[in-house]
Amino acid sequence: MSKQSGGLGRYVAQRLLLAVPMVLILLTLVFLLMRVAPGDPVSAAAGGKLGPEQLAEKRRIAGLDKPLFEQYLDYLGDVVTLDFGTTFVDHRKVSDIIIENGGATLSLTLGALFVAVLIGLPIGLFSGRYRDSAFDVTARIFGITTYAAPVFFTGLLAQLAFSGTWLPTSDQADPLTSLNIESVTHIYVLDCLIAGDWNAVEDGLKHLILPSITLGLLIVGVFIRMIRINVIQSLHGDYIEAARARGVRERRVVTQHAFRNALVPVITVLGLQVALLLGGAVLTEKTFNWPGVGSTLITYINQRDYIAVQGIVTVFALVVVLISMLIDFVNALIDPRVRY
Amino acid sequence: MATTSAPSTAAAATGAPEPVLAVQDLRVWYGTERGPVRAVDGVTFEVRPGETLGLVGESGCGKSTLGRGVLGLTPAGTALDGVVDFKGTNLVGLSPKHLQKLRGPELGLIFQEPMTRLNPLMKISEHFEEALRTHEKGLSRQQRRERALDALRGMGIPPSRYHAYPHEFSGGMRQRIMIALALVLRPAFVVADEPTTALDVLVEAQIIKILADLRKNFDTALVLITHNLGIVAEACDRVAVMYAGHIVEQGDAREVFANPQHPYTRELLRSTISLSTTGLHYIPGSPPDLVRPPTGCRFHPRCPVAMRGCAEHEPPEVVLGSGVRTACWHQALEADPSLGEELGQGGRDALAAVKEISVADEA
Amino acid sequence: MPTKPDTESAARPDPSPGAGSGQRNDVLMEVEDLQVHFGMRGGALARISGRGGGAVKAVDGVNLTLRRGEVLGLVGESGSGKTTLGRTLLGLNRATGGSIRYGGQDLTELSERRLRPLRRRLQMVFQDPHASLNPSMDIRTAVGHPLRIHRLVADDEEYEAKVAHALERVGLTPAERYLSKFPSDLSGGQKQRAVLARAIIAEPELLVADEPISMLDMSVRAKILQLMLDLKRDLDLTYVYVTHDLASAKFFCDTIAIMYLGRIVEQGPAEQVFNEPRHPYTKALLAAIPEPDPNRSVPRNLPRGEVPDAAKPPLGCSFHPRCAAALPHCGWERRDLRALLERRWLDLAPDEYARERALIGNLDALAEPGPTRVLVTPGRGHSAADVLAYFRRLREEASETEPREPFWGGVTTMSEDGGQVVVEFVEARDPRLLPVVDSVSVACHLYAAPGA
Ligand SMILES: Nc1ncnc2c1ncn2[C@@H]1O[C@H](COP(=O)(O)OP(=O)(O)OP(=O)(O)O)[C@@H](O)[C@H]1O
Ligand SMILES: Nc1ncnc2c1ncn2[C@@H]1O[C@H](COP(=O)(O)OP(=O)(O)OP(=O)(O)O)[C@@H](O)[C@H]1O
Ligand code: SF4
Ligand code: SF4
Ligand SMILES: [Mg+2]
Ligand SMILES: [Mg+2]
Repeated sequence: MSKQSGGLGRYVAQRLLLAVPMVLILLTLVFLLMRVAPGDPVSAAAGGKLGPEQLAEKRRIAGLDKPLFEQYLDYLGDVVTLDFGTTFVDHRKVSDIIIENGGATLSLTLGALFVAVLIGLPIGLFSGRYRDSAFDVTARIFGITTYAAPVFFTGLLAQLAFSGTWLPTSDQADPLTSLNIESVTHIYVLDCLIAGDWNAVEDGLKHLILPSITLGLLIVGVFIRMIRINVIQSLHGDYIEAARARGVRERRVVTQHAFRNALVPVITVLGLQVALLLGGAVLTEKTFNWPGVGSTLITYINQRDYIAVQGIVTVFALVVVLISMLIDFVNALIDPRVRY
Repeated sequence: MATTSAPSTAAAATGAPEPVLAVQDLRVWYGTERGPVRAVDGVTFEVRPGETLGLVGESGCGKSTLGRGVLGLTPAGTALDGVVDFKGTNLVGLSPKHLQKLRGPELGLIFQEPMTRLNPLMKISEHFEEALRTHEKGLSRQQRRERALDALRGMGIPPSRYHAYPHEFSGGMRQRIMIALALVLRPAFVVADEPTTALDVLVEAQIIKILADLRKNFDTALVLITHNLGIVAEACDRVAVMYAGHIVEQGDAREVFANPQHPYTRELLRSTISLSTTGLHYIPGSPPDLVRPPTGCRFHPRCPVAMRGCAEHEPPEVVLGSGVRTACWHQALEADPSLGEELGQGGRDALAAVKEISVADEA
Repeated sequence: MPTKPDTESAARPDPSPGAGSGQRNDVLMEVEDLQVHFGMRGGALARISGRGGGAVKAVDGVNLTLRRGEVLGLVGESGSGKTTLGRTLLGLNRATGGSIRYGGQDLTELSERRLRPLRRRLQMVFQDPHASLNPSMDIRTAVGHPLRIHRLVADDEEYEAKVAHALERVGLTPAERYLSKFPSDLSGGQKQRAVLARAIIAEPELLVADEPISMLDMSVRAKILQLMLDLKRDLDLTYVYVTHDLASAKFFCDTIAIMYLGRIVEQGPAEQVFNEPRHPYTKALLAAIPEPDPNRSVPRNLPRGEVPDAAKPPLGCSFHPRCAAALPHCGWERRDLRALLERRWLDLAPDEYARERALIGNLDALAEPGPTRVLVTPGRGHSAADVLAYFRRLREEASETEPREPFWGGVTTMSEDGGQVVVEFVEARDPRLLPVVDSVSVACHLYAAPGA
């Protein structure tokens, strides 16, 4: 119906409009948090090697001598032009960091999402369907445990368990194999594919396994819980009973009616999980020495390079908003009621 | 429940067609922590093709339980006992698989809340496709579409709305879609559980009209559950009055309304507020807790004409000359005075308890 | 382009009642041209993005006179604005226009702070007794709540005594049995009694009862109605009884106001309205009530369709899409054209339907409310002439069939224009609530004075 597609277009427009204030609030928060951080960012980054004049010069270049509000406007202007500045310590452009290290983070988060869906979806559906069975109880304990365990703990445990086996416990690739892989997309496995080096592809995937599982387990608990509750709820739905009364086969009642309806709210929650996932990615990357944006961020935090930190955090914030918006669109596509 | 005359002989005498559904001594007990809830406790009735049976009674008397019990749609932990003879098959104890095959093409159910009974993610067309594909495998896509549009048209839903989603329809339209969805499979027997309670007055009348037309145009046997005695009078051929898990009176709707026999039926009719109401009347107290129902006649604590014996002895069901069947000692004694012995010494004295019922006994 | 009734010339229901009792001082409340409009759902954002910007006119120009000691019934289907009107009378909803005169003041102009002392005298009973009692409050606290709010008792002893007295008044005797119970321990009827006890404890003079019996079992309904009658007699109460159940309204009310989509369409003494309904909507409502009388059978030409979306009310008379007696100026518009076609298509064979459906290119656009001039785009492969011929044929056929299809009376011209068909309708006129006989007023063109 044309009426519906019009509704969808309008919905997208609405959602985009709503994203503007959301982004603004987030950016303001990032900006303010960076200013209240203790110590003088410039002198800390310089590590006491510079004289007062040079420091003042650095400050001027970074725009730190301006009034706060002007700095804020500068910052917003930079974000709009996607220019997040240049780091103090190694003079890299933040946008380059994002492009060069973003690929690794992307493969890690996608891997984690894959793990979470692969483990969480069937377990959640199953334990919701067979509520209070032995399986359900086990699944719930599993969910709570994985949710409660800190990332670095799971990560360390995984490293201990697998060190010395065929599964690599650190880095993105074997240094020797990766030697002649050219960075095209900055997504390592893709680059290997482009290079046509199958050994490198295998090596890259192997390196992905443990970090992905570690990060995936972080969100799988929430995932299982959400799916389970929604399945239980929708199995009690009025339309489920009505479908049974029409003699719809039980398998179809469960899959077509209960599961499909249960997954709609889960998709929304998935959007909220992205923030958790990015936070977890920082720690996971550190633990596994993964060359992503997250581990880079930690390096810069340690060096108190505040331009770098501000830039990277800003990009993270934008990504979270963008993804939650995408998720809403997906939701609107699936659920006709959202659109009007 | 003892019956003084076999129900089948009465039917044979009138030369009516064979019943589609014959329920014999059906019991549906819910398992709870407090013990079994005897929501339906020994119920016997029949429905013939093209006949509408109204099922009335106060809230909590077991009407919905009876309707669902017949279709085997009871929650886990429910005990079902008795005979539900549908075209020669006993539905009680039938395998879930077998029941699933019958539900839809043979047995239909229409619910009270139309707003939530359609899957919000599925188009109306998908609901029909699903039902027809499940039960009538031989149909082509085109045939399925025609059948669905036919059924919808009969309910006044224009074909131009076939591909719309449930939320695009009003409550009354959704209820008509639900009815179409039940009828598209041409079931022989349908239970409609308060199909109009949630709807507006005028829409209710439209739906009642549709249901009343049903018996003219189809051979569907319908059990219509309702609180509203007016609906029974307008849309039903026969009526069964339920109280505390029993059917206390059943028979031709006109006959029962014009000449109610059982004290509960009389009280129920008197307490209904209608356009001709000039004074308020009500039944004191409220229906009993079905975990521990009263001994003897279940209505005795509230019955204005209860006798001492009623409190201890369950009244037998009798078939009156009009064909109405009722379970009350007064009619039983009239039909067969020798039964009085069962009531014992002083059994016919009036029971004074009713006068003392207060609001406190309502809970 | 919704037409508005011009309130200056709109005659109000005659405030002087019948024989004898013409004093002004027996008027408890006087409502004039009351309006309660709600902003569209979705709020500010929805308006920025350009959808709606409209409002639900839940109450749209209502005039009422409430006399001391009477029972006024507000009757209508869902969405007609009964609840909103009832709540607004007590200041629970803000009026967006008009006035409510009560005790020498205009309730619509009072601040929340100045309203609060008045609320003691104005109480409300809600439809759902389960929802109107806080499940974690025992009956003693719940029923005595108004005493605390309005600081009506000096000490606990007095409090206890008043609560006990109120409980006994509503039949919850002995009161001690109920004081420490929680709502979950009570049956539906008992809960509604407790709600009534809470409503009368602060000695109100007006009680708005919003469907007080519709959630109760039928055998309890009569009990609660009887209790309300007793309370009214003993405590000199005035009632506004909100309901969709005409039978109980007929028995219970002295005067009746029948509402439809935010407006009163018929108003007068209950007896007269029920014995001789005038507005087509009132007639339809009365005909639709199923009566437990075996000598009546299913009616009767029921009005088609359902109550329209209050956010997009029909032009002119809101009832016109369902009214069998509708006149040319009752408000015909393009939505009615679509409804007409869809009704026709119901009776067609599939291939005939397919053929006729293909003629109309923009059927969905016809679902929106619109002006009195509509452009119909022909379907692919068809010309405007085809569509025009089709419409003409429909009009021709309609003139020969019974019952009369009122739609065509509202069409002035049909013509071709730039590859489209233009259908023009008679200018809509809003019916105003006018006195028809002594105290009965009706808002329907059928009863408008000739030449008005
Ligand atoms: N799932 C259940 N478990 C335990 N008891 C139940 C269950 N469902 C219903 N009951 C009880 O069984 C009795 C009969 O309920 P039922 O819903 O059949 O009554 P009803 O006549 O349909 O009432 P209403 O008019 O309110 O719909 C009631 O006392 C109710 O509390
Ligand atoms: N707070 C609100 N915000 C927006 N719209 C509202 C609000 N309250 C009511 N409405 C709308 O106002 C109209 C009148 O509602 P109201 O509840 O007064 O009707 P009613 O006659 O009491 O109906 P019912 O019989 O369903 O109770 C409806 O269309 C409703 O959706
Ligand atoms: S058997 Fe007795 S108690 Fe029961 S309905 Fe008849 S007279 Fe009343
Ligand atoms: S004004 Fe009267 S005649 Fe015209 S549509 Fe309304 S109710 Fe019908
Ligand atoms: Mg029920
Ligand atoms: Mg209401």
